[in-house]
Amino acid sequence: MQTTIIRAERVEKYYAQPSENRIQVISPTDLSIVPGEIVALLGPSGSGKSTLLRMLTGLSAPSAGQVYWHEQPIATADVNVSIVFQSFALFPWLTVFENVEAPLKARGMEPAERRKRAMKILDTVGLDGFQAAYPKELSGGMRQRVGFARALVVEPEVLFMDEPFSALDVLTAENLRSELLELWQKKTIPTQAIFIVTHNIEEAVLLADRIIVLGRNPGHVRTDFRVALVHPRDRKATAFTQLVDYIYKVLTQPDAQPPELPQTPTGKRVRDQRQMHYQMLPHARPGGIAGLLELVLDHNGKDDIYRLADDLAFEIDDLLPIVDAAQLLGFLTVTEGDAAITPTGAEYANSEILRQKELFRTAAVENVLLLRQIVRAIEAKSDRTVAEEFFHDMLDEQFSEEETLRQLETAINWGRYAELFDFDASRRRFIQPEKLHHDSESSAEVIE
Amino acid sequence: MIHLPSGFNYTRGRETLARAQVFKRSWPFFLDLAVAALCLAAFYGVLQIVKFWTGKAEPEFVVSLKPSSLPLYAFYSVVRIGLAYLLSLVFAIGYGYIAAYNKRAESLMIAALDILQSIPVLSFLPGVMLAMVALFPTRQLGVEMGAIVLIFTGQVWNMAFSFYSSLKSLPRELGEASNIYGFSTWQRFWQLELPFGTIGLVWNSMISVAGGWFFLMACEMFVLGDRDFRLPGLGSYLQTAASADNIPAMIYGILTVIAIIVATDQLVWRPVIAWSDKFKIEQTAGADRINSPILHFIQHSNALGAIKRHTFVPLSESIYKRVAERNREYRARQAAGQVKDTPVWLRVGVLILLGAVVLYAATSALLKLREIHQGQYLLVLEGAGATFLRVNVSLLLAALWTIPAGVAIGFNPKLARIVQPIVQVAASFPAPILFPIIILGLLRMGGGLGIGSIVLMLLGTQWYILFNVIAGAMAIPSDLREVATLFQFTRWQRWQTVILPGIFPYLITGLVTASGGAWNASIIAEYFHLKGQTLQTLGLGAQISAASDKGLFQILLLATIVMALMVVTVNRLVWRPLYRLAETKYKLS
Ligand SMILES: Nc1ncnc2c1ncn2[C@@H]1O[C@H](COP(=O)(O)OP(=O)(O)O)[C@@H](O)[C@H]1O
Ligand SMILES: [Mg+2]
Repeated sequence: MQTTIIRAERVEKYYAQPSENRIQVISPTDLSIVPGEIVALLGPSGSGKSTLLRMLTGLSAPSAGQVYWHEQPIATADVNVSIVFQSFALFPWLTVFENVEAPLKARGMEPAERRKRAMKILDTVGLDGFQAAYPKELSGGMRQRVGFARALVVEPEVLFMDEPFSALDVLTAENLRSELLELWQKKTIPTQAIFIVTHNIEEAVLLADRIIVLGRNPGHVRTDFRVALVHPRDRKATAFTQLVDYIYKVLTQPDAQPPELPQTPTGKRVRDQRQMHYQMLPHARPGGIAGLLELVLDHNGKDDIYRLADDLAFEIDDLLPIVDAAQLLGFLTVTEGDAAITPTGAEYANSEILRQKELFRTAAVENVLLLRQIVRAIEAKSDRTVAEEFFHDMLDEQFSEEETLRQLETAINWGRYAELFDFDASRRRFIQPEKLHHDSESSAEVIE
Repeated sequence: MIHLPSGFNYTRGRETLARAQVFKRSWPFFLDLAVAALCLAAFYGVLQIVKFWTGKAEPEFVVSLKPSSLPLYAFYSVVRIGLAYLLSLVFAIGYGYIAAYNKRAESLMIAALDILQSIPVLSFLPGVMLAMVALFPTRQLGVEMGAIVLIFTGQVWNMAFSFYSSLKSLPRELGEASNIYGFSTWQRFWQLELPFGTIGLVWNSMISVAGGWFFLMACEMFVLGDRDFRLPGLGSYLQTAASADNIPAMIYGILTVIAIIVATDQLVWRPVIAWSDKFKIEQTAGADRINSPILHFIQHSNALGAIKRHTFVPLSESIYKRVAERNREYRARQAAGQVKDTPVWLRVGVLILLGAVVLYAATSALLKLREIHQGQYLLVLEGAGATFLRVNVSLLLAALWTIPAGVAIGFNPKLARIVQPIVQVAASFPAPILFPIIILGLLRMGGGLGIGSIVLMLLGTQWYILFNVIAGAMAIPSDLREVATLFQFTRWQRWQTVILPGIFPYLITGLVTASGGAWNASIIAEYFHLKGQTLQTLGLGAQISAASDKGLFQILLLATIVMALMVVTVNRLVWRPLYRLAETKYKLS
């Protein structure tokens, strides 16, 4: 049997809210990392990938459950891991050399030994000659090389990466990815396991020996499977595209059966967002929804989401919210990773702008509780305005502050587009849209 | 690596190269000489100060108006400001650090900061002086410490706040990187927290030191009850010169102050700003950097390099090593479950003791207020009203001229290049120096101190507004201005739709700073000793000054509390909402 390096046992994470509620971000999850594998963690944004990664590294303590490092509680163990960050997280005031040397200094290593190791790793990642430069003098790709050098110089047992290539352009990312893979396969680095968080499905399939897909609200493991493809992997191979397609299916499929509601240590129930009042509005713009529907219509009203994403050159993070939104509004149905347009959706895609707004308005009021409530509240008030704060406080009960703000932003966006209401940003109030202006505009349109 | 051109004669080449080497090396050689000279000078300076300070106390020092005594006076004044600044820096960093990391103390410490920033520093003068003199009754050190502590209280709060907010806005992933790589508190401080806070500290240091001059002028020479305190320095020199109506001496003094301000700017701030450029968090290298030959000199001097290699580097290495070892031991003990917290009873006990002391001091202070009778209360309130009016009139006047001037300068880069350095010197020029001259002028013209003090407040505070308006006008995107031109906006429309909203957030920042400054200035502007006469007008500032003159501590306390309350209230009720409005509605980003 293999020895596990890191084992997470029913770890959970929730964040306290100003109100009595807590937001559950990760529901009880088991996960282990064993030597010799590259694990990719996939999931839509906000599903808790970074949160899970930080618990596995010991950076943040789980709210419940335990993480073990070689079977010792991670909080007190002598952990040897590194993280490569999406934002590089380099110290701008230190030179490349000093950045790479810093972790060794933290271990109290002698200057001569530090120098030797740092220079060697800089050489390995292709940075020799740059040791005296400051990070801001380097390109993004070179900066991430420094990030890798700093992570590798301590010879970590597990190398963690949180979307390490997301901030880079496609070619640079490709280049770095293959170099990393080469280091790993030739065992140039003594690292035992790599754990990479990504929202790029192809990246996961290119690199990983094992892929874990996370679902959200709250974050939970949807599937965890091994990838048996041999390296180097060919993006055009059937096995490859099938796997990518499969992951799209998993990501777009609603859960078959929700897991049991978790219990907090005090016996208080943690509220599960799926059972709550408000659905989570996907952060998509109406224009994006119309664009997607038109594309689906072009593909005879039904197609694989994977192919749609490919056509649009979108990553799932960009596409999923739009698909979700179209689904929520009843313009699209998704089964088994196939998106099919509904009759309303088809009409929406074919109409001119004013008719589109009308359809959107009807669909939004029918399907989106928050929008319906805002409209009702405005109508109920004699001055025809309602403070944003009112809804903020209600959303606050079930979303994190950050998410609440994004929910409101999306609601405002949709409501304005559908002319359900207008929003006065300086007073932070919803107000009734000006009907007059709208009517004259529509009559002009008719004459045309 | 030097690439020789082909056909280059090897021996000749070596000769030339060798000579080139000598030439290259001779520059650092001169630098080293300069370093040696500087070290000697510093040594002599320290000796002087030590001799003077530990010498017999001379509280009633007779100020000589000979120009030849100016260098020594200037030296004493600069040392006072310098030491007060160093003290402020250390204190600010410590205060900010504790406030940012100690969750329990945080809210209390930040509230305290807010209030301490609003308390008129000059009303501390009597208390601080008496305490320090009592501490060192026979030595000059006592009075000197008093002056230094007073300047310190005027400098420290904005720096502390700056460091605190830097720590609070540390980029999350940088913090996580230092955690994951096992940085000790020590390493985290030097490689993450302090560097990240540096830019804020540098800018606030410049403001603080400029403010330090203001307080220096006030505390080098003052009367307290029946005691007359005088410290040799530029402040006392100028005040004496004004009292004696000695115009040439005044001119010499003012020139010295200007020379010191310009020298500080060139020799200290420019190199520091150039150096602090590397602490910018922005991800691209900026094009327009400030160059500083001094910085170049420091970074390229062999002697300084050698000193650093032999002292600083080994020291820091040994600290890093020790800290790493200690951390490893600590972790081992933690794993074995041997780490104990401080017992609860001890912490509670210390807290209770502290609380009792604070409570006792506060009640005894309040009891003092009982000695005041009603008439005096009324007088203080009247004074508060008068000073409130004066402060606001001075702000209004300042805004009236600085807004158009600032916008004109901000929109015209050529003008800005010429005016900016002049404005900078003017802004750090301590206004109290000019007070006697202006008062004399006003009196000759038949004006009273009631109006004169407004002019004095204006003098000290208008620069903050001007600076901010210039910055705001520069920040207005040029396409917005072009749109205004394109649509042929009238002048009024232009101001209404583009300029005023554009500069609004900056204007508010300037006004807040200026308002605080004006309140503080009222203490020296409303009450004045000149040629053996005492000039004063109705006002809270005058009451504070008069009370410390006559040693009436209960009135001093009352007036100080009233002033602090007014400043805090105005901040909360007026400036903060305006600030929020500026941040949300008028932010151009
Ligand atoms: N400190 C926090 N307080 C409250 N909510 C948080 C906090 N950190 C993260 N969250 C929430 O947890 C969820 C997961 O975040 P994250 O792990 O960053 O997701 P991912 O990396 O998959 O995009 C998000 O909805 C986010 O709003
Ligand atoms: Mg993330």
